[in-house]
Amino acid sequence: MSVVAADRKPVRFRLPRLRIRGGRWVSPVLLLLVWELGSRTGIIPERILAAPSAVAETFWALSVSGELSSNLAVSLARALVGLAFGLAAGVVLALIAGLSRTGEVAVDPLMQIKRTIPTLALTPLFIVWFGIGETPKITLIAAATVFPIYLNLFSGIRGVDARLIEAGRSFGLTQAELIRDVILPGALPSFLVGLRYALGVSLLVLVVAEQINASAGLGHLINNARDFMRTDIIVVCLLVYASLGLAADLFVRTLETRALAWRPSIIKS
Amino acid sequence: MATPLARPQQAAPHQPPPQQHNASPSDWRLADDGPAVRVRNFTRRFGDVTVLEDLDLEIAQGEFVALLGRSGSGKTTLLRTLAGIDPAPGQQVLAPDTRAVVFQDARLLPWKRVWRNVALGLKGEGLRGAGIRARAEAALTEVGLDHRLDAWPATLSGGESQRVSLARALVRDPGLLLLDEPFAALDALTRLRMHELVLSLWRRHAPAVLLVTHDVDEAVALADRVLVLDAGRIAAEERITLPRPRAADGAFQDIRARLLRHLGVDAGHRRAAEGALVSFPSGEIVA
Repeated sequence: MSVVAADRKPVRFRLPRLRIRGGRWVSPVLLLLVWELGSRTGIIPERILAAPSAVAETFWALSVSGELSSNLAVSLARALVGLAFGLAAGVVLALIAGLSRTGEVAVDPLMQIKRTIPTLALTPLFIVWFGIGETPKITLIAAATVFPIYLNLFSGIRGVDARLIEAGRSFGLTQAELIRDVILPGALPSFLVGLRYALGVSLLVLVVAEQINASAGLGHLINNARDFMRTDIIVVCLLVYASLGLAADLFVRTLETRALAWRPSIIKS
Repeated sequence: MATPLARPQQAAPHQPPPQQHNASPSDWRLADDGPAVRVRNFTRRFGDVTVLEDLDLEIAQGEFVALLGRSGSGKTTLLRTLAGIDPAPGQQVLAPDTRAVVFQDARLLPWKRVWRNVALGLKGEGLRGAGIRARAEAALTEVGLDHRLDAWPATLSGGESQRVSLARALVRDPGLLLLDEPFAALDALTRLRMHELVLSLWRRHAPAVLLVTHDVDEAVALADRVLVLDAGRIAAEERITLPRPRAADGAFQDIRARLLRHLGVDAGHRRAAEGALVSFPSGEIVA
């Protein structure tokens, strides 16, 4: 019954549109230019922050000398080994708790208690227990990554559509077949969310763990650079950490498009 | 389809004899040529609520039975018991070993391609590899979906999903096909097409069918026998001998009116009451 006023256009505020393709690059590039300018004019002293050009040079030098790649390999190995332990433990615990009520009663309270303790707060204890070698670093990463995996896989298993399980039963699927064909694929999306979190957490904890008297790795590189006030090396390492995060995200995304090809959102794109 | 259709053959050779399940006295067995389903003095309670009480039901092999009733009359409970989803220990319930259910929502596994969903119906038949795919493909061809073998379920329409669900149920050649309001969520035209499809599949595979529905027209259009469930018992029974396909003519309307009366709706005031009890489509469309 109502008449819509067709001649009144909605008034909207708009920033002037940038006509450059990929306009999102503009502000970071501007920041870099300002930073470089500040360094060249001496407003930003090198001991506070090295110029972008100096960082690029250092990056090149470290890459050519092999210093960067060898330390990166050490750091990456720490993160991956820690993550592997965390992943394995998280998956096993989630399966135990998710697939049986007894398992839930046994496992879930412990995991919830563990969750209330920030993992990084365990660092001193781990140093007392495991010394200052590789063990405390890897244990710390493993301990931190267990929870995102456990929580997401557990809730994923419990969240599987009960009607699908019922349908599976009506077709005479055995318990093992139900788990393999219905429950685990149904929990996979949640698991991948957990994996993405765990990858992020593993890098975060890596940074802290590597501050524990490391004799190799990115953390070692940063500690040395700090002692000699080499801000250029510190920035290079920060960039490497950032790209590790990006790579981890890309990895899980690729995994998702492959493993979850059946999802409507992925089918459309 | 112009010719009147004969009843399907009784006791197709591939059907194993009905077996006793859900535990009951050992002197209570069915002969090979006996009924596909036999339920005696069946009572089902959930807490203080008695859903079904002292119910008797027999379905002959190859017979198409429709079960009508209001919401909460226990139709679905009975179907789920026969499906083995809700076991009823200590009760006299006999059903064939090979049963298959088509639910109102198709319940396809979204992470399995269409043909693999159909192959789920073959679990326990000991088939391997190419044999499974061939059987699934044949079943999907029967429901007219041989071009969607490798599609993901999320890309199917409601009618297509339900056809896949039918293929999954029939791929194992069940002795008993249980349909739980399978067309209730479909639009009227798709529903009519599904009726034809179900009839032709039933003629070919000759399973005993129990169709649970609250659509009187659907029941009258499809079934050999319509049962009305009320207060946990079978309150009325109507045998329908009209040739299929059934036009909404005088005889059809008479049966329909009688059934509606059993459901507490006076056919004279059908229009007013339709929204409450009888779902769309109305009988006039069934032609």
